[in-house]
Amino acid sequence: MKNRTTVERKSERELVVTRTFNGPARIVFEAWTKPELFKRWWVPKSMGMSLRSCEMDVHVGGKYRLEFEPDGMAFFGTYLEVTPHSRLVWTNEEGGEGGPVTSVTFEEKGGKTLLVLHELYPSKEALDAAGTGAADAMGETFAQLDELLVTLGASMQRS
Amino acid sequence: MVQYNQTRFDASFAALSDTTRRGVLEQLGRSDASITDLAEKFHMTLTGMKKHVGVLERAGLVITEKVGRVRTCKLGLCRLEEEGAWIERYRQLWGERFDELDNVVEELTRKEKVDGRKKRK
Repeated sequence: MKNRTTVERKSERELVVTRTFNGPARIVFEAWTKPELFKRWWVPKSMGMSLRSCEMDVHVGGKYRLEFEPDGMAFFGTYLEVTPHSRLVWTNEEGGEGGPVTSVTFEEKGGKTLLVLHELYPSKEALDAAGTGAADAMGETFAQLDELLVTLGASMQRS
Repeated sequence: MVQYNQTRFDASFAALSDTTRRGVLEQLGRSDASITDLAEKFHMTLTGMKKHVGVLERAGLVITEKVGRVRTCKLGLCRLEEEGAWIERYRQLWGERFDELDNVVEELTRKEKVDGRKKRK
């Protein structure tokens, strides 16, 4: 059975995601810092995209860059903190100044790892804008689904 | 459009930051109620409850309707769903990522155990 992923808007500027993994922190940390492993899980299948390239220079001041195909969209930033097996902090610079700072902590207990991902936005407006973007995208998806259902309905009536 | 949404999000999150107001929403989720009912239920003065309902109303989470001398409150549902929607989408994204990450972690953990056993032999 899968462990539960929880999301909480902790304050006006913060989002917190938590999840437990059935493996030691060392291994979970490795999956976040080795490109060949990271590429295997970062892009959900439902997105219909994949990573064209994934470069990670995992040390303080090092850069990362993720590029998607087919559209070439890129995510990039700088590592601010790298503490092996326990903590990673990086910036998200693709959106300009409004991007959040992401920290991930890995806490091992009895062979399992509690992962806490924390996104701190520079202002509540920046977080709201990110959320609104997501809500708008959701609206768009539903609108597309509506259209599809209308088309399907129409063709079923004809047949 | 973005500006408009942000103002609404701000108002809604501020409204939801209070325990009593969340309680009122839960209560109204079960059934509509008058401000007097709510004040009694939450052991509050009428004025205090009116203030809370006012905040919820301005955030669009509650709508009120005056019938005769009684003001009835009910949920303004769509707003709450909209708020839930983007948090839920965000949760889904991470949920999907982490389910994949599970597979990677399990595979590496298993491999390590096997390698460990080999080394001891």
